[in-house]
Amino acid sequence: MSAIENVSRRRFLAGGIVAAGALVLGVRYYPKLSGDDKLRHDTNADHASLHPSAYLGIDLDGTVWIMASRSEMGTTSRTTLPLVVADELDADWKRVKIEQAIGDKRYGDQNTDGSHSIRSFYFAMREAGATARFMLIQAAAKQWGVAAAECETDLHVVVHRSTNRRAGYGELAASAAKFPVPPKEELKLKPKSAWRYIGKGEVSYDLEALVTGKAIYGMDARLEGMVYASVERPPVLGGKVKSYDDKEPLKVAGVRQIIPIDPFQPPPAFQPLGGIAVIADNTWAAFQGRKKLNISWDNGPNETYNSDSYKSELRATSHNPCKVVRNIGDADAVFAKGGKVYEADYYVPLLAHAAMEPLVALAEFKDGKATLWAPTQNPQAVQDIVSKELGIAKEDVICHVTLLGGGFGRKSKPDYVAEAAVLSRKMGRPVKVVWTREDDIKFDYYNAVASMYMKAALGANGKPTAWLQRSVFPPIPSIFDVNAVYGDPAHLQQGWTDIPYDLPNLRVENGPAKAHVRIGWLRSVANIYHAFAIQCFTNELAHAAGRDPLDYLLDLIGQPRTIDFKGVEYPNYGAALDAYPWETGRLRHVTELVAEKSGWGKRKYGKGTGVGIAAHRSFLTYVATVVEVEVNDQGEVRIPRVDVALDAGLVVNPEATRAQFEGAAVFGTSVARSGEITATKGVVDQSNFQDYPVARINEVPDQTNVYIVESDAPPAGVGEPGVPPFIAAFCNAIFAATGKRVRDLPITKLGLS
Amino acid sequence: MIQLTVNGTEESFTGEPEMPLLWYLRDILGLTGSKFGCGVGLCGACTVHVNGQATRSCVTAMRDAAGKEVATVEGLEKNGLHPVQKAWMQINVPQCGYCQVGQIMQAAALLNSKKKPTDHEIDDAMSGNICRCGTYQRIRAAIKAASVEMA
Repeated sequence: MSAIENVSRRRFLAGGIVAAGALVLGVRYYPKLSGDDKLRHDTNADHASLHPSAYLGIDLDGTVWIMASRSEMGTTSRTTLPLVVADELDADWKRVKIEQAIGDKRYGDQNTDGSHSIRSFYFAMREAGATARFMLIQAAAKQWGVAAAECETDLHVVVHRSTNRRAGYGELAASAAKFPVPPKEELKLKPKSAWRYIGKGEVSYDLEALVTGKAIYGMDARLEGMVYASVERPPVLGGKVKSYDDKEPLKVAGVRQIIPIDPFQPPPAFQPLGGIAVIADNTWAAFQGRKKLNISWDNGPNETYNSDSYKSELRATSHNPCKVVRNIGDADAVFAKGGKVYEADYYVPLLAHAAMEPLVALAEFKDGKATLWAPTQNPQAVQDIVSKELGIAKEDVICHVTLLGGGFGRKSKPDYVAEAAVLSRKMGRPVKVVWTREDDIKFDYYNAVASMYMKAALGANGKPTAWLQRSVFPPIPSIFDVNAVYGDPAHLQQGWTDIPYDLPNLRVENGPAKAHVRIGWLRSVANIYHAFAIQCFTNELAHAAGRDPLDYLLDLIGQPRTIDFKGVEYPNYGAALDAYPWETGRLRHVTELVAEKSGWGKRKYGKGTGVGIAAHRSFLTYVATVVEVEVNDQGEVRIPRVDVALDAGLVVNPEATRAQFEGAAVFGTSVARSGEITATKGVVDQSNFQDYPVARINEVPDQTNVYIVESDAPPAGVGEPGVPPFIAAFCNAIFAATGKRVRDLPITKLGLS
Repeated sequence: MIQLTVNGTEESFTGEPEMPLLWYLRDILGLTGSKFGCGVGLCGACTVHVNGQATRSCVTAMRDAAGKEVATVEGLEKNGLHPVQKAWMQINVPQCGYCQVGQIMQAAALLNSKKKPTDHEIDDAMSGNICRCGTYQRIRAAIKAASVEMA
């Protein structure tokens, strides 16, 4: 039998990310597997002979340990960031071993969201590698009695060319460790011409584990003596248990105990929702026991929430003056003159993440400490919420990060991990909380529902002389402050206040909306609805003006310039505007590039066939997308081809980047085709893939061609920026093919499928 | 008592006959390669082979697995990697990877019954397997690469 079966019969394996490794490699690789051990500052990198940085260590045998401090949910950052360290260290990638970091602030920010792992850690990784290389060279130079400046490195060895002497990193590690860690200023980073891996990339470090089933996700974490929990949560946000049956569930074979979880104190933030947990010997028994709970609920004030009437409220709000968040000139004065004025409403419903791995977490509370194994995007947020829920110090919360079976933002919010911690303390043994798919869809932090009102006056050449846009959506800050109703700058910046058009009169507004479900980040976040409205409205105006949509889009983007955000609260995704200015020339360039690559204007399209284009900057990356669709007489939509051009600055791992943009087209397909969460009397109507369908192989683009602009600009994001322009380009293509305008998503509203 | 063969080893099960095979494999045998994704046979993450047929283990009761030969990813290939797994690596299919074991089991079953599937046959066979990361175009390419390898 396989190694995995043996592993399961031991006290296990959850600390490692590859199952076979835990058994075969044993203590050396996973030094502390059990829940009662404290892992802090106890990595293989920490124990290595040369350990100049929290991020790496080098053993006497030349093994290089590199810490992956960000979570791996499919973007390959667990591979790509260590690759940067390895490059600057001049290390042989085959001799690198990657360790997954626990939640620990010594690694800096670990919240793997916002497409900024490479952007925020690229230089830190280079410094870590350069520091070790500097010390290895010092050691070799001293050993040979030569000047350090005469030595160089060549793939895991230090070389003195003139005397033809060579020493491996392993043999130098101990003596190198005797040198002081050099200050940053003394480091000399490799020139681009000497890069081995940056810009070339590598496949995932875990690739073989991923195709053999040996990769360990949160769902696969196991601990000896653990029990399984399934939780029935309040169907309406803020609801409370009135009564429940604590006898019938216990009659189900394998069910051990019924444990109530306290409802949260508003605001919800990342607290458990409350409800009743069924504890059992296996997952199935817990699920079965839960069906017998017969809970009566006090639903509370959110019971009045119906998504249909809520949509009308958002729209009504957007038809009246709202809060101005950016203004140029006087749009109203132009509108007052009359002439050609166009208006349109756009709408995007609530969206669920539906990562393939439902939420899950394993916790062991013992001796006043909590140890967790979780597929989390943010282990430090796990430390925060678990320490609050249990009333223990943050340092006594140890969060191991498993692989994530998808995240898309949901796994940045650790409510599910807190549940496991609370239950483990009550049970006095390890507890694994397993969410069903139904739980995952019904108790999400949804991407906000949004209504956008657009208005433009067109001048003689069809170009807008005035432009007004209003968006209304329940904001993410509402999970932290129940009175928050306006969009915050961090989300208004997402494709709204930064509309890149060269317009003489522009007013950007945002209206209030109260949340009745938990709102949260989902891949691309507010860019989804903002880009949809702006890029589809642009397409509508192009047709109104009788202009080619590409030509019109380029005309609106205007000549290359840097957007001036004077008087606008524009956080620029947390990056400095001088390092990452908003350059319309780069948006223009990707638009022209994708037009050329897709053969825009050169190919003929028959009945029911058409192409659409859209361009958008998000997460500091410039993207333009052309989508081709075919729509048959039954309204069935096919997507034969997608072309996407992107400028993300320096791209460390082009292959992983292509994969992200291929995936973004599929994610966007799901949003546009079928993404819709609705609610009746405060209860989410959808529950599983039959009523919250996501795109399948026969519904997605046949081919997505990705073109990466070569750039020396600092690295930007690649995980999210592909989604927003895809959706808009897809809807514009549907218009080209059918003459039907998609203003409400998903496209099923138009009778298309 | 239910008897069955899992990856060539005879096993017996004395628990609830209604328990889905998936939870027996994962929670009781500790074979965690097969994944829980939806619990109702809609996503394919739990796909295993039962008597050689691709089967959703999350909706297959242990009662119905009695006397059957079950193969999971852990037993897909006795020595090294199956050609489908090799093709998956060559085309660099996985992103998060969670669904990929189910995809691979489904693809292996497809290629056992059809040596050279067309695009349409691939879509038909694979449309029950969801990949939320969106690796479908690589899945299609990898199945074609594996079919050449296995021919």
